[in-house]
Amino acid sequence: MLRAVSATLYGRRGFYVALLLLPPLLWLGIVYLGSLFALLMQSFYAIDEFTARIVPEFTLATYGQLLSHPANVDIILRTLAMAIAVTLAAAVIAFPVANYMARYASGRMKAFFYVGVMMPMWTSYLVKVYAWRLMLAKQGILSWFVDQAGLTPALEHALATPVVGGPSLASSYLGMFVVFVYMWLPFMILPLAAALERVPESLLQASADLGARPGQTFRQVVLPLALPGLAAGSVFTFSLTLGDYIIPSVVGAPGYFIGMMVYQQQGTAGNIPLAAAFSVVPIILISAYLALAKRLGAFDAL
Amino acid sequence: MTTAIELEAVSRAFGPVLALDDVSLAVTPGEFFALLGPSGSGKTTCLRLVAGFDRPTRGRVLLEGVDVTGTPPFDRSVNTVFQDYALFPHMTVAENVAYGPKVRGVKPAERRKLALEILELVRLETLAERSPSQLSGGQKQRVALARALVNRPKVLLLDEPLGALDLRLREEMQTELKSLQQRLGITFLYVTHDQGEALSMADRIAVFREGRIEQLDTPRGLYVRPKTAFVARFVGSANVVAADAATRLTGLAQAFAIRPELIEVLAADRAAPEGSLGGEGVLEDVQYHGATSRWLVRLDAGPTLTAACPESGMQDRGIKAGSRVRLAWSPDSLVALADA
Repeated sequence: MLRAVSATLYGRRGFYVALLLLPPLLWLGIVYLGSLFALLMQSFYAIDEFTARIVPEFTLATYGQLLSHPANVDIILRTLAMAIAVTLAAAVIAFPVANYMARYASGRMKAFFYVGVMMPMWTSYLVKVYAWRLMLAKQGILSWFVDQAGLTPALEHALATPVVGGPSLASSYLGMFVVFVYMWLPFMILPLAAALERVPESLLQASADLGARPGQTFRQVVLPLALPGLAAGSVFTFSLTLGDYIIPSVVGAPGYFIGMMVYQQQGTAGNIPLAAAFSVVPIILISAYLALAKRLGAFDAL
Repeated sequence: MTTAIELEAVSRAFGPVLALDDVSLAVTPGEFFALLGPSGSGKTTCLRLVAGFDRPTRGRVLLEGVDVTGTPPFDRSVNTVFQDYALFPHMTVAENVAYGPKVRGVKPAERRKLALEILELVRLETLAERSPSQLSGGQKQRVALARALVNRPKVLLLDEPLGALDLRLREEMQTELKSLQQRLGITFLYVTHDQGEALSMADRIAVFREGRIEQLDTPRGLYVRPKTAFVARFVGSANVVAADAATRLTGLAQAFAIRPELIEVLAADRAAPEGSLGGEGVLEDVQYHGATSRWLVRLDAGPTLTAACPESGMQDRGIKAGSRVRLAWSPDSLVALADA
């Protein structure tokens, strides 16, 4: 019986594939894309000023509200700046680690690095954020280390910087930046290591053999071939920063971020259309980012 | 006269394993020099030391008389054709070939001209704008060759360059490589495990075994006068007879080798030619190989020998597997071996 079913399925490849794909496609199509579409719809509705009810009529008023208030534009720009800074820092820190994992580490060392990179992700997100708040606090362990190293003036100087500074690391954008980079670093390291692992050693040897110094080999061969991994990793760090609302509310200066606005508008303020409009912003920014990456040739080596 | 490449008592250890053990060799300018051996014999390690991808544990590497033992690959005047071609996938054929001049600071227009010139040499000028993924194995091989030649190196290192090609293409490329080498007058250091390739192309061959050079000679020298059983078996095919069996066949306790094509197969009732050596035995099998057949004969004296000669009507006389036959060879055909 089972054998006959297998034989029938084997002969009809298309049906077999369709059968396997049906459940995930239903999930993706209805639950995932459906709710995304519902969200998009909501952003084109507006709220009635008096009754605070959603008026299900197509209007651009909510987007007008989003873009006409300088405070809202500030929030978008602040979130975008943080996402860009976090992405750049994560890329710079991740590259040497990923390169080591992909090219030099072997056996136990490789396993150790992969586990080490992923282990923080096994811990509760909230525990990590609150732990960081304690570490970054004025009397926290980080200040103690800085003090022991005799670098307190440098830290004070950094905290005195306008905008990014603040009374302590825990209540400044600088501290928030540190936590963001810590949180999303694994998402940058892993795709980058995967991309670097696919670059054969012989390509680097060929480059050196033809007269390229290590810096030239890096720019001409390693970096272009690692770009897809860098692009994938940066989409993670970029979008995760754009959408996060917990880190900005636990650590850092009091300025609002997009995620916090979404949380607040759909919760306490009860303005679902504005929350929806806010959550469309990251989608547009990431689409723009991907288009830019594609234009720069990030996916040519795929 | 200075040598193109010289290895002076070079050893390379990987942990407890000696990949190269006290190897010395000197390649003269313009020579086609082959490193021949089974996998793991040290020939590729040897090439990597000359290219600069690796450094010897002991000994010195010299290029044109200059010690380059510690010189990185980008400061050596040698170029390499890699076994997997190692073409840059994100560059076109022309960009791949122009890479050497590019990293040396040659202007875009100038380096493109150089690349197209070399591509013409390997007859690929029409594919200059293709991406490497659109090329066949043979075309990739030529691009790799063009890319290595564009810097006009004095020495070209080739690491099993034809290993991934099918037989016909391989034979075509052998002829082409050899004529290219003669036209350009470049020294070739050629790593291969294919003895036929080494025999037909090289001026001299170093046969590697377990990290040492077993024998270094011209192709003819290696084939006609192998010094050890390993070389006799690895270069061409050979019957190797150990000392004890040799006593019964020749009367001398000296191991020897004999090439199959130098052994004559006769019907058992025919007399052996005057002054020849040989013996009677049972024909165990006949393998048809076209021009010649291989006759496997178990001699009454012990060893089983393979002879290679045409069938020439043997079947008509009823000689087939199981028949008794006589093998005969001239005493000059025997090569005394140092071991076995």
